[in-house]
Amino acid sequence: MILPWLILIPFIGGLLCWQGERFGATLPRWIALLTMSLLFGLGLWLWGTGDFSLAPAPGAEPRWAHEFQVQWIARFGISIHLAMDGLSVLMVTLTGLLGVLSVLCSWSEIHNRVGFFHLNLMWILGGVVGVFLAIDLFLFFFFWEMMLVPMYFLIALWGHSGSPGKSRITAATKFFIFTQASGLVMLVAILGLVFVHFNQTGVFTFNYADLLKTQLSEGTEYLLMLGFFIAFAVKFPVVPFHSWLPDAHAQAPTAGSVDLAGILLKTAAYGLLRFALPLFPNASAEFAPIAMYLGVFAIIYGALLSFAQTDIKRLVAYSSVSHMGFVLIAIYSGSQIALQGAVVQMMAHGLSAAALFILCGQLYERLHTRDMREMGGIWARMSWLPALSLFFAAAALGLPGTGNFVGEFLILIGSFPAAPWVTVIAATGLVLGSVYSLIMIHRAHFGPVKNDSPLPGLQFRELSMVLCLAVLLILLGVYPQPVLDTSAASMQGVQQWFSGALNQLATGQ
Amino acid sequence: MEHHAVEFTTQHLIALLPLLVTCATVVVVMLAIAWKRSHGMTFVLSVIGLNAALLSLLPAIGVAPLQVTPLMQIDTFACYYMALVLIATLACVTLTHAYLGEATVSDGKTKGYPRNREEMYLLLLLSAAGGLVLVSTEHLAGLFIGLELLSVPTYGMIAYAYFNKRSLEAGIKYMVLSAAGSAFLLFGMALLYADAGSLSFAEIGASLAGASGSQLVQIGIGMMLIGLAFKLSMVPFHLWTPDVYEGAPAPVAAFLATASKVAVFAVLLRLYQLSPATAGGWLNDLLTVIAIASILFGNLLALVQNNLKRLLGYSSIAHFGYLLVALIASKGLAVEAIGVYMATYVLTSLGAFGVITLMSTPYNGRDADALYEYRGLFWRRPYLTAVLTVMMLSLAGIPLTAGFIGKFYVIAAGVQAQLWWLIGALILGSAIAVFYYLRVMVTLFLNEPNLQRHDAPFNWGQRAGGIMLMLVAALAFILGVYPQPLLDLVQQAGLATVAL
Repeated sequence: MILPWLILIPFIGGLLCWQGERFGATLPRWIALLTMSLLFGLGLWLWGTGDFSLAPAPGAEPRWAHEFQVQWIARFGISIHLAMDGLSVLMVTLTGLLGVLSVLCSWSEIHNRVGFFHLNLMWILGGVVGVFLAIDLFLFFFFWEMMLVPMYFLIALWGHSGSPGKSRITAATKFFIFTQASGLVMLVAILGLVFVHFNQTGVFTFNYADLLKTQLSEGTEYLLMLGFFIAFAVKFPVVPFHSWLPDAHAQAPTAGSVDLAGILLKTAAYGLLRFALPLFPNASAEFAPIAMYLGVFAIIYGALLSFAQTDIKRLVAYSSVSHMGFVLIAIYSGSQIALQGAVVQMMAHGLSAAALFILCGQLYERLHTRDMREMGGIWARMSWLPALSLFFAAAALGLPGTGNFVGEFLILIGSFPAAPWVTVIAATGLVLGSVYSLIMIHRAHFGPVKNDSPLPGLQFRELSMVLCLAVLLILLGVYPQPVLDTSAASMQGVQQWFSGALNQLATGQ
Repeated sequence: MEHHAVEFTTQHLIALLPLLVTCATVVVVMLAIAWKRSHGMTFVLSVIGLNAALLSLLPAIGVAPLQVTPLMQIDTFACYYMALVLIATLACVTLTHAYLGEATVSDGKTKGYPRNREEMYLLLLLSAAGGLVLVSTEHLAGLFIGLELLSVPTYGMIAYAYFNKRSLEAGIKYMVLSAAGSAFLLFGMALLYADAGSLSFAEIGASLAGASGSQLVQIGIGMMLIGLAFKLSMVPFHLWTPDVYEGAPAPVAAFLATASKVAVFAVLLRLYQLSPATAGGWLNDLLTVIAIASILFGNLLALVQNNLKRLLGYSSIAHFGYLLVALIASKGLAVEAIGVYMATYVLTSLGAFGVITLMSTPYNGRDADALYEYRGLFWRRPYLTAVLTVMMLSLAGIPLTAGFIGKFYVIAAGVQAQLWWLIGALILGSAIAVFYYLRVMVTLFLNEPNLQRHDAPFNWGQRAGGIMLMLVAALAFILGVYPQPLLDLVQQAGLATVAL
């Protein structure tokens, strides 16, 4: 019974925030903070108490640490079916944590329509939790599309106006259209799968466990897999579909960027791991080389474009493209080590990207610009923030001791046996990563001082948020074992599905 | 085939009850107007009549399916669509009452519509009666009678504000094009009759099934399709739609978009299901092209509109393109999908036009239909905005709204029938559509301009129109979250297979 509450808490909290605005602008903030803390607390509690050796694996009915099912639309055999394994609990906890942070980082940034802002923020997070828990494909799609609307509002109404011709509304609309259209492709693929299952068994169902047993012909499987992959690739984002991301990030308010980079991108990786690979293992195995090269391309391309940006938020946004490329490679490598690395990388990137966006937001509040050409010499003008930026930039380039290093290292070492060339090229991404990370620090914080009036220092709230993220990132880098243990069973399941198909493919050729 | 002597039993009367009640209401309203002009009384009488007609559906369902004269088949399918038509009309009547306004004179200015208000209700009821005939007919003669009964009063309704140039122009435009459509339809029927020797849908289907359709029949059906496509404003027969929607008074536009289109589409569906001659061959390809063109052109043209009524006009073109996808699929889930989509579409369109109506309430010569008039509405009328937001999301087919369930169903029907081109067009169309629906939506939430505004009255929520609108929005949300009751209902609304 705990699972539906994980989804309902943000939704109810959002409504309370909205109505709470009648009693002043501060109340919605506190309600939102409380709601997210509750979600985070529940996530931690579930993580602490659950038995995450239970996870879906091929050849048996999927087993879950927690499960919840209630009939919803009987006509199509759709039920509200939620389940949790190690992968979902990590993602939900990350969502809770970043939720708390996004409430905190908007504390002084958002001044108008505070209640409605927090309603949208809470509903995004509720939708994301729904995506991480749903194992009925209809319900999954439902949440997948549903979280777009509040995100749209967040960018369109509270975003920053960007450079001329790039208004926040354009960016928000672009984001919405990209994800909505690709989502419909996924809906068609889901329905295709359901009808194939219906033709075989005469039963309408959207249930994950039942659909796993569908027998698919080779061509159908490939097409359906592509349908899923396109939807996930847009959210990921994989390079030809990435153009919404920098715009959305640049115009979004800080909280929006934190959620977008921290968790919305992870829903795509989650979707691949939970649905695309287990449902279509053979097609995925066949598609793996293409996906891995797309990942490599994303790493290099993202890094190069990141280097070329003058807008600091766009720089971080492109770096996300680059980092998620590693995750894509890992997912399609079929190695347990790489898959576990992908989970660590997702967590670490969630933390480090969120921190960088929070720092960008704090910088923006003080300088009212995101243009790095207008910055320079900030190191001399204020304490703490430049140093912390340096730390997170170092984390982003994969410095040992941070979670990002563990993630990238595991991914590379795991993928090497499967695809040596891909891994080698991907590894150069680390070098490029240090180039853009350091250039960001150099341009913004060092160099000639543009204006030597001192800037207001970080408040306690701002400092504690970032420090907390830094501590977590180091913890993840030094002692990643809890995360690895939690995700082990889930990743093992995925790996078995995938490697089985890979072997079949190898013997077939 | 032998014709039984028509025995008219109580059963038949019960089956016809919804139509009879509606027609009786027409007479009563007419007499009441002749006796004493009173806006309030006419409204109340119409509402009572329509509610009685809705209630009389319950006994009618009890005797369904039943053939009443060769013209009409009262089956659960007919009853379902009758209910939709009646509900849509009821909503339009409520909106009309708000729109025409109270006949009060304050500060020397008459508020509301300056001429006779009462005849509008008469026309609405007559048109609804035509809709009832149309959804239950299975005979070409019935089709024509129903269609004309549905259309002719709408000419008057569209041009009701005849002293307003745009309204008059729209009325005349609609009359001319609708008459042209009817001419096509009649010619097509004549050709069909020449070959099949019967006017009944099922008999036409049966006699043509063996003969694999001569060229004459194909042309006949093609011409009928053109006639119906005029009424449904399918591309390339859509040119009247935006002008008429813009010129017509807002509640009339709501009626055109909902009750009128639903009735015509229902009869098209029945024709398509009962006469297999319409399926297969080049006609199917033609329909596919029309569907794709409607989806793409409707959505693309809607992109550049700055007038909300025109925008909704184009979007309705696209929505009927989506419905054609299910019509072409024709098997499996198709009939059910159309039923569900129709219900969600009616609900959503009523809501959207309802908001426009209330914004233009009471009548003052011009409807509030320019997009800029809605800028920042959220900060002035939050609940009205919430209604319009839900409607826009529902039209775009976003989860948590009824529109999503409708779209899901249509896509399911398309996937089941493996109509990949149509599905592709649908996805592309939806992606384009999101753009303009979002544009409307975000306009509502932007900062207010400092302009002279024409807003809904502050107490809009306490009037009949406002309450109805709230109900529509609530229903659109509830059906989006828990659609099972609607699906159960639609599943039972089956076409009666006709015994020959």
